[in-house]
Amino acid sequence: MSHLIIVPIVLPVLAAVLVLLAGQRRQTLARAISVASTSGLAAVALALLIAADTGEYRVYALGQWAAPFGIVLVLDRLSALMLLLTAVVGVCSLLYAVQGCDQQGKNFHALFQFQLMGLNGAFLTGDLFNLFVFFEVFLIASYGLLAHGGGEARLRAGIHYVVINLAGSALFLIAVSLLYGVLGTLNMADLALKVAAADIEDAALIRSAALLLLVVFALKAALFPLYFWLPDAYSSASAPVAALFSIMTKVGVYAILRMYTLVFGAEAGAAQWVAAPWLLPAALATLALGMLGALASRRLKGLIAYLTVASVGTLMAAVGLFSVDGIGAALYYMAHSTLIIAVLFLLSDLIARQRGDHRDRLERAAPVAQPVLLGILFFVGAIGVAGLPPLSGFIGKVMVLQSATATGAVYWVWGVVLAGGLLSIISLSQAGSLLFWNTDVKAEKPFVAAPASAAAIMPVAALLAGIAALSALAQPMKRFAGDAAVQLLHPAGYIHAVLG
Amino acid sequence: MELLVASAIGVLVACGVYLLLRGRTFPVVLGLTLLSYGVNVFIFVMGRLQSGTPPIIKTGAAGYADPLPQALVLTAIVIGFGMTAFVLALAVRARSALGNDHVDGVERSGPERVR
Repeated sequence: MSHLIIVPIVLPVLAAVLVLLAGQRRQTLARAISVASTSGLAAVALALLIAADTGEYRVYALGQWAAPFGIVLVLDRLSALMLLLTAVVGVCSLLYAVQGCDQQGKNFHALFQFQLMGLNGAFLTGDLFNLFVFFEVFLIASYGLLAHGGGEARLRAGIHYVVINLAGSALFLIAVSLLYGVLGTLNMADLALKVAAADIEDAALIRSAALLLLVVFALKAALFPLYFWLPDAYSSASAPVAALFSIMTKVGVYAILRMYTLVFGAEAGAAQWVAAPWLLPAALATLALGMLGALASRRLKGLIAYLTVASVGTLMAAVGLFSVDGIGAALYYMAHSTLIIAVLFLLSDLIARQRGDHRDRLERAAPVAQPVLLGILFFVGAIGVAGLPPLSGFIGKVMVLQSATATGAVYWVWGVVLAGGLLSIISLSQAGSLLFWNTDVKAEKPFVAAPASAAAIMPVAALLAGIAALSALAQPMKRFAGDAAVQLLHPAGYIHAVLG
Repeated sequence: MELLVASAIGVLVACGVYLLLRGRTFPVVLGLTLLSYGVNVFIFVMGRLQSGTPPIIKTGAAGYADPLPQALVLTAIVIGFGMTAFVLALAVRARSALGNDHVDGVERSGPERVR
């Protein structure tokens, strides 16, 4: 058990190196290694989730260097949930990619594995600078993955994406070194203690560093006003990459949850709940603008990218309440939204492949080759993402709304979330009727659309099965999310586990 | 000494941000480079400015130079260097594929174009 925690970081690195050694010619071998590694990750993540659900923190000191001097990996319920989500989305995106997308450029599998390594590392690490390093690892891999397949749109979106993330990294470094300069530590648990005991004259510096970090994490999470890079980047990426990216915005959410409950939470003295006044308004603005963007989208992938932004808004609104109910609701909704966004990105590619030159543009075109199958999948996906019963989106939204009832922000949260839901139903039904009903039956088909193979449908169906499981097992999931929220809001256990 | 280093960081970051907001990819890359230089010096001085002190605690030494920011800045330099190389390669690819070096990939009319 003791070494199992580091497997989610080491396994993808090994796989990436093996894939590189296998070379460009032996693609079947590369695919086999990649699929084996990612499935292995899913199994390990499940084992870790079960281990974390005992409520015990598991701490792994790298090289046996004790905290706060060495780097530690810490596993709690939140990290375990994020690891499992990453692995599930990873497996499904990869199984979709091996249908052919991975051959459109070089080194897809190596980049994919490095991306998984960076994500897993970011979810596990208990050290702030190490968090920066893992952020860079998955960002560098994501730059490569975004450009995978080439094309002008990807290059254009790629430059924006790379430049804004490099600027974000510079801010991250300033904030981290400011915290180190004032407090003399980078271990998160130790930071929590030092922030709580900081002198009053250092309070302004600590608050500045904390808010600077909030800017960085909000940039990664795509919160208003820092989400403008997302729609272009996600809608131009190839489908399996965009599906994998659905977990990447959640890294920002994870980092906000971790830092602003553990380090800048209830005990933080002058920096107590420093993020709270900013998060809720930013989240509601993100939600509103994301839904308006979805309504205005002229492409299916653009619409889904804006729905991604809106889903971040919904879950950050719940996080911004900083209560057990709010964070519990956010975690449940996060699991749902990650899966459903991945479903929609993969599905949009299946649809686009059957519409010839119209691709995923929302305009009248000849009907797709499998209108019934794709129509049903799209309908289920749309119900899920819009938050209609009976799927988990509805349960998640109800939990978010419930968590806001007893707070002062109740009218804002209810108003924006419900109006956003209405807008998403309108935009999705517009898109759906244009894609499947209002088709140009008489149009000469200049191409023969090949029906999607069962192997290409399978990852989408698997993710939808995950959504169904999330809906059917809502009670145990809600219990788990609530327990994770309790863990987050009582950081003494975390600090004790790390520092002894 | 403090004033000199602090102003140097300020000038580097200001120039970096100014160049970052330009419309062509090359100034933007230069801006990112300057910004990362400023940040690197900032990390370095977070271990406090002092000279002639040993990097490890020794009996009899008056103080010690904090070695950790030096390790951090090394990591930051390596990452920054790699990213500069990558973004340059990306900018060159975009220039050849899109036919111009504007960050949006399209020429805009206006004073930018005349120059």
